[in-house]
Amino acid sequence: MHREDFVILANDLVYFDNAATSLKPKTVIAKMDEYYNSYGVNIKRGDYDLSFKADNEYENVRSLVKDFIKAANTNEIVFTSGVTESLNLIVNGYFKDKLKVNDEILLTKSEHASNILPWFRLSKEKDLNINYIPLDNNYEVTLDNVKKAITPNTKVISIAHVTNVIGDVRPLKEIVKYAHSLGILVVVDAAQSIPHMAVDVQDLNVDFLVFSAHKMCGPTGVGVLYGKEILLEEVSPLNLGGGLNESFTSDGKYTLKSLPYRLEAGTPNIAGVIGLGAAIKYLNNIGIDKINDYVSSLKTYLVNRLSSIPYVKLVNSNGSSGIIAFNIEGIFSQDVAFYLNKYHICVRAGNHCAKILKDEIGIANTVRISLYFYNTKEEIDYFVSLISDKNKILKEMLP
Amino acid sequence: MNDEIRRETILEYNTHPFNKQTIDDDTYIKVNSNNESCIDNINLYIKIENDIIKDFYFDGEACAITTSATSIMIKSLLGKRISEVLDFITNYENMINELPYNKKILGEANVYDEIYKQQNRKRCALLPYIGLRKAILEYQNNR
Repeated sequence: MHREDFVILANDLVYFDNAATSLKPKTVIAKMDEYYNSYGVNIKRGDYDLSFKADNEYENVRSLVKDFIKAANTNEIVFTSGVTESLNLIVNGYFKDKLKVNDEILLTKSEHASNILPWFRLSKEKDLNINYIPLDNNYEVTLDNVKKAITPNTKVISIAHVTNVIGDVRPLKEIVKYAHSLGILVVVDAAQSIPHMAVDVQDLNVDFLVFSAHKMCGPTGVGVLYGKEILLEEVSPLNLGGGLNESFTSDGKYTLKSLPYRLEAGTPNIAGVIGLGAAIKYLNNIGIDKINDYVSSLKTYLVNRLSSIPYVKLVNSNGSSGIIAFNIEGIFSQDVAFYLNKYHICVRAGNHCAKILKDEIGIANTVRISLYFYNTKEEIDYFVSLISDKNKILKEMLP
Repeated sequence: MNDEIRRETILEYNTHPFNKQTIDDDTYIKVNSNNESCIDNINLYIKIENDIIKDFYFDGEACAITTSATSIMIKSLLGKRISEVLDFITNYENMINELPYNKKILGEANVYDEIYKQQNRKRCALLPYIGLRKAILEYQNNR
């Protein structure tokens, strides 16, 4: 769908690496161009019209994000550079002050590095414990397994909504409900879910939720930290500087602005935020449910086609997300990726930043295909035809 | 060298790697070499005595280029003196980086003489040699 919106797709290209980043439609690029060309000045300086315009455009995006994820108000939307910064801010700006020796953090082994390493460091600094929710036979998270993993010391559960290798959709609402009944907070990495499905933070009742613009047709270098206002009020900014202070005096005293500004130090990625706004409008116009349905059907088609090839070993064929990980027996995943690259098919090979997932699935490296709404059945047919002849792969995978 | 020989040699060493075995022995220097931008990850196990490579193995997970290049490296350098080894490495690196090199020294490793055409595969071909340089440095520092 909507292939004509992407200049890059006019090239001879099959892009199957959407979990890494999505392509950008003309409208997003044009909106950012417009900022740089027509009103490319700093925000929060109402002294002249251009700045007023930039400020308006920037703040309008906060409203768009609020509506997109159904947050209660715009104070709950903080712009960051992406999921990594958002998670580091939550871990070091909030939980660092709240957690005490022997408190426990629950993760899973299929989390992305950005939802693991900040916790590793904090657990070392503060003598905390990290435990992993066991995955079921399909490498998915069930509420039962969450219940089993929780101990009296568990204080926070930090998990992806959809994971980036297995692609399973976690039963967030049930997990959050159960966690809250025990006073446990829930942090959600929505990087892989936001581009594909409607996310309602109030319905899910999550405490913190983070995502990046670049996986949802927006630009790189910008993302969102959502937090319930009552929690965000207690997050300390990791960076201090301009933009977030209300006043400071030579005796070393300073006061910070109110939310959300007190968590956004320095000149932000203004063009990026404005681009994110255009991306949200773009996705809304297509319809996020329509995207979800289309990608699900495409994934089912891909799974069916791949299942008919005996030497293709699928790691996950269940989930409704557009992510498939597989290996071709006897050929290293990276060699498969290099082979496909000769036919201008972009896939990812490796561990996909989920380096402890191998403890669970017993495989360190896989080929990953991640679909989005601009992918087609014809592209899948072309891809399948190329991997249907193992000798051809062996013959052509070398430089 | 023609493409067919290049391809067959690389595939043969990929399917049947030379001295691919994990060694658990403190008399071997163990070094890891991995590719930050991709996923190749190999360990080298080298026994050096009196400046001579007496024994040499590897294990790990890697693509066809890295696996074959490591196999050929080990086969070519087993029993060689450190000075010869360093000379071999320098010529090999020059070949990969399109600098003048001595073809005669490299023997079977000449199959990678056109890898420069695929910039993203250069690192795969160099990976085992990065590990070997580390191991030699470790040997020299501990002498």
